[in-house]
Amino acid sequence: MQEQEEETPAFTEECDIAVTVNGRHYEQRVTVRLLLSDFLRHELHHTGTHVGCEHGVCGCCTVLLNGEAVRSCLMFAVQADGMVVTTIEGMAGTNSDLHPIQQAFQEKHGLQCGFCTPGIIMTVHAMLHENPNPSDEEIRHELSGNICRCTGYQNIVEAVKLAAERLREQNMEV
Amino acid sequence: MKPPRFYYCAPQILDEALALLEQHSEDTKVLAGGQSFVPLLNMRLAAPAYIVDINHISELLYIEQEDGYLAIGATVRQRQVERSALVQEKHPLLIEVIKHIGHMQIRNRGTVVGSVAHADPAAELPALLTCLKGEVLAQSTHGERVIKAEEFFTGYLSTALEPGEMLTEVRFPLIASQTGWAFMEFARRSGDFALVGAAAILTPTADDRCMSAHIAYLGIAGAPVRGHAVEDALAGTTVDEPALDAAAEAARTLVSDDMDDVHATVEYRRVLTVELTKRVLKAAWERRGH
Amino acid sequence: MATRWFGAPIPRNEDPRLLRGKGNYVDDIDLPEQLHAAVLRSTHARARILNIDVSAARVLPGVHLVLAASDLGEVLEPSPLLVPHHALTQPRTQLPLARDEVHYVGEAVAFVVADNRYIAEDALDLIDVEYEPLPVIHSLEVAAAEDAPLVHADVPGNVAAHLAQTVGDPDTVFSSAPHIERETLLMDRGAAMPMECRGVLARWDAHEDMLTCWISTQGPIPIRNGLAAIFHLPEHKVRVIAPDVGGGFGTKIMMFYPEEVLTPFAAIHLGKPVKWIEDRREHFISANQERSQLHEVEYAFDDQGILLAVRDKFLHDAGAYTPYGIIVPIITACTLPGPYRLKNYSSEFTVLYTNKVPVSPYRGAGRPHAVFVMERIMDRIAGELNLDRAEVRSRNFIAPDEFPWDVGLVYQDGGPTKYDSGNYQAGLDKLKVLLDYDNFPAMQAEARKQGRYLGLGIACYVEGTGIGPYEGAQVRVESDGRVFASTGVTTQGQAHYTTFAQIVADQLGVDPKDVQVTTGDTQAFYWGVGTYASRAATVAGSAMYLAAVKVREKAKLVAADLFEAAPEDVELAGGKVFVKDAPHRSLTLGQVAISANPLRYAYGENARKLMSMKLAGPRPGPALPPERGAPGLEASEFYSPPHGSFASGVHGAIIEVDPKTGMVSFVKYAAVHDCGRVINPMVVEGQVHGGVAQGIGGAFFERLVYNEEGQLTNASFMDYLIPTAAEIPPIAVDHVETPSPLNPLGVKGAGEAGVIPVPALFASAIDDALSPFGIRVREMPLHPLRLYELLEELKG
Repeated sequence: MQEQEEETPAFTEECDIAVTVNGRHYEQRVTVRLLLSDFLRHELHHTGTHVGCEHGVCGCCTVLLNGEAVRSCLMFAVQADGMVVTTIEGMAGTNSDLHPIQQAFQEKHGLQCGFCTPGIIMTVHAMLHENPNPSDEEIRHELSGNICRCTGYQNIVEAVKLAAERLREQNMEV
Repeated sequence: MKPPRFYYCAPQILDEALALLEQHSEDTKVLAGGQSFVPLLNMRLAAPAYIVDINHISELLYIEQEDGYLAIGATVRQRQVERSALVQEKHPLLIEVIKHIGHMQIRNRGTVVGSVAHADPAAELPALLTCLKGEVLAQSTHGERVIKAEEFFTGYLSTALEPGEMLTEVRFPLIASQTGWAFMEFARRSGDFALVGAAAILTPTADDRCMSAHIAYLGIAGAPVRGHAVEDALAGTTVDEPALDAAAEAARTLVSDDMDDVHATVEYRRVLTVELTKRVLKAAWERRGH
Repeated sequence: MATRWFGAPIPRNEDPRLLRGKGNYVDDIDLPEQLHAAVLRSTHARARILNIDVSAARVLPGVHLVLAASDLGEVLEPSPLLVPHHALTQPRTQLPLARDEVHYVGEAVAFVVADNRYIAEDALDLIDVEYEPLPVIHSLEVAAAEDAPLVHADVPGNVAAHLAQTVGDPDTVFSSAPHIERETLLMDRGAAMPMECRGVLARWDAHEDMLTCWISTQGPIPIRNGLAAIFHLPEHKVRVIAPDVGGGFGTKIMMFYPEEVLTPFAAIHLGKPVKWIEDRREHFISANQERSQLHEVEYAFDDQGILLAVRDKFLHDAGAYTPYGIIVPIITACTLPGPYRLKNYSSEFTVLYTNKVPVSPYRGAGRPHAVFVMERIMDRIAGELNLDRAEVRSRNFIAPDEFPWDVGLVYQDGGPTKYDSGNYQAGLDKLKVLLDYDNFPAMQAEARKQGRYLGLGIACYVEGTGIGPYEGAQVRVESDGRVFASTGVTTQGQAHYTTFAQIVADQLGVDPKDVQVTTGDTQAFYWGVGTYASRAATVAGSAMYLAAVKVREKAKLVAADLFEAAPEDVELAGGKVFVKDAPHRSLTLGQVAISANPLRYAYGENARKLMSMKLAGPRPGPALPPERGAPGLEASEFYSPPHGSFASGVHGAIIEVDPKTGMVSFVKYAAVHDCGRVINPMVVEGQVHGGVAQGIGGAFFERLVYNEEGQLTNASFMDYLIPTAAEIPPIAVDHVETPSPLNPLGVKGAGEAGVIPVPALFASAIDDALSPFGIRVREMPLHPLRLYELLEELKG
């Protein structure tokens, strides 16, 4: 945390933060207005998280914060101090095999230009953790916070169903 | 769309937060979930010089059942309420309303109290609070006060909060077991701000007439609107089709004349409000216990 | 020869990279010492600029440069007119920064470069521009009115262009036609809204005198040529790269957006890389839009429902400038006849300036408008004569044996609008099966009894694709056997890294995974045009094919020499080159590549293995005989189509409408399309899905709401409603395949198909659902409020 003393904390324009991203620990000084999306992309060079709108609608910037899907464009990096962040770069295994969700997306052609894809995969990751056997309707509802302009969503839905099936078969904790 | 410069502090204790708020009270905003606030900052539609981040104040993280209401502290996420076993058991209407808020990603960060404090006319929780005749707890370095919902929301993004004050708790009155409840909204897309919405609770008499009704709307004026005319039209009736039609028709005049925007004219909002009223009253009545 | 990969729905080469978040979009590239730019944009739709004061911005700590028009020197000239036309008598293009006047909200007025984007935006707030507002032309009606104020002071009547064309003799036909109808049909603005906004990263390398620009564009080669001209550099000293692009849909084929000139200008001036990344709010007010046209159409038909003649007169909204010429309305005029036998047709359009964002193609590029008009005509004929809507269309279809069919107009490529092949009835037959068309009336009647309103709509289209002028491709086998292919077109998600690999793999007997495709880098391939107009697979794909065939033939020649066999007896498969029926006499493709390059020295494993084989020694004479051509296993070829090829299709949908609220939901959606032979069916289906979703968005969710001041009142994703997975229905897809005789692959374009018929189809379905109310939809887009208003008008 940024205040070392026991006195009333003071307003500041810069903070030291410590964040764990994809299992790695980072310590950095940041300006307080730096968005988490920009911190991940340009301070840590994890450019897989994309920025589509910066007003919290398109979902391209979705990452996991302490396991929950959030819009990184609506958070400041300072707010991630002491937290655990997972981005798309953290999805593939240590031997860099594709995660079953990623694998399913390739098999079902669930991406075209790829810009919305990382945000969607993180959302799907969170979705399947909560609901391992979603119906088509549930999938579409849970995906409604991520906009895709290329696929028309159809193959994304198929990919999610395939991923869910594979994860259940493997009895895998997502 | 990057936010303007500001000074920031993230205290861990409520008293510290209140002290910070007091320092530059006219030019300080509270940051909780940020799901409504940060877009305004990114678009530079808001530019407070000071921001107090309350997310680390653990003493504000509670959902508790008090005498006749659920008390929710300022740092509780909407998603936490959605998943709370206590709320699921004691207040299914609150769960139903929260599920309509935005998308899962929004609810993972957005707070219940923050949504109430932000007072967007199309937001769900202010309308629910108004329907239930709930209350909020506002605190500052000068003390605390309880404000009734009907006095709290004063207009578009405006509340009765004074500079230096922040909401620390919202109180949702519980609903009696025989009271039927429902929440509905018309929205263009899943998760959008609603065009109109309404929360309704209907309590039956022993002989299955409407003893009392509360209905409150979002999206038809700058602040949530209690539909007194609707409630009066329904009281004492058997809530049959003609009664529902009459009650729904009474809703038409509730829509404020300035509710004209890109998505709906006033006239069209009135049409939707009447239609929605009928549907939500019917659904609430069907849920009543005996 | 039998092809193994052409036609196979193989997974994409580009996916693993993109799925891991290892894509390389412009903003992902961070160069050392890079600075960041932001643009100050006009807040007025029409105003004189009295003064620009940048002094406060210039001294803000962290700001390196602030440019206004007066700082640009000779670079301050109107951007190139991309597609001139004789009818475009009053073209106007934009200055990189506005000097005396602004003509639309969003026009670039100043350019700031700072340490980061946050500071750059702070600096924008410090720039003071004094505007003198002028009357705003905020719509086509205002622009067309007599004595209307002028968007450009020197363009009388706001008329940029006027073009009248006639096929046959419609006037005579009208004079004796049994039935004549006349209608006004309107389509209003929409926007492509790719998920990635625009962006430019420019670097000037003083050691090499080299300008490199990464741009989220669909056309790097023309941009390279233009930047070379603007900055007086040799073309080979300018490199433009379109890296991964997060969607284009036409928005990014517009070239010489001001930022594409300003960013390199700043980089050259500062000697440091400069990056400009558009944000979404900017995108709403400065990335090109499209779709606004107003049609007055007259049509004549007989008692059998045969369409006899059409006279269509329309206004086209160009926005404030005409950088892309009049391509869109030309396409509208040529697309209107559709799959029908229309031999008497007059089309007249007037292109008007308005004080709005300029117009250039957006997926469909004028075809959705034409299809909207023609399909409304077909539905009306059916309604007037009490005939089935599908039956009327069938009666008017061009038959499969009537190709090539000349529409009689000059297409956007300057060539004839000549349909090469098609089978429209087959498409309609398949659609009817998907929709269970014959049983729908009963379903509809049953629903009406329950007070529910279901409707079925259909819409047919013919789409010109695969136009020239040309594209090229290079295929090269390197000495380790890897195959590299490059071409001048770009990729925004349409799987070129896979489909082109499939074409090459078939010729060279390798796996598509082993073909590495490069698109969109002017250094990797010098000549070409870009990805637009559904042409990349057809034109660049054909060039890719021709180049791969050349490499194949060369490999056979080289191997034939080495094996002392006849070239016809040499085959390529499994990465090997061998003599038919003698597979032990084989070399790897890489070894053949080495042999094709007669050097003195032998490098690498492959070469050492070669030396140890018992192969024929070199012949007497030159090591590189003239008939061998260039050294190595590589070839560059170009393909220039004689004219466009014409894809087609028909879509249908069943919807439910709530007449009380105007809300609509989809019950079923089906699309049948014909894009000739298909390289990768999975990719084509994905294109159809995505196009349909964009079409549904454009028909019922998305609107650009301008007020009378020319301000866009819904410039955010909260109020501009792109459909999500919850709004788009599942889409059933079927195919008809009428190969194109015009190119070696037999393919036709598919990229825009999904979006083209949707507005027409939606109108058709709503008319059908609400037929008890007597509704006739004449405008697009619609939304629940508007539908409610139309129903109220009918009641009153």
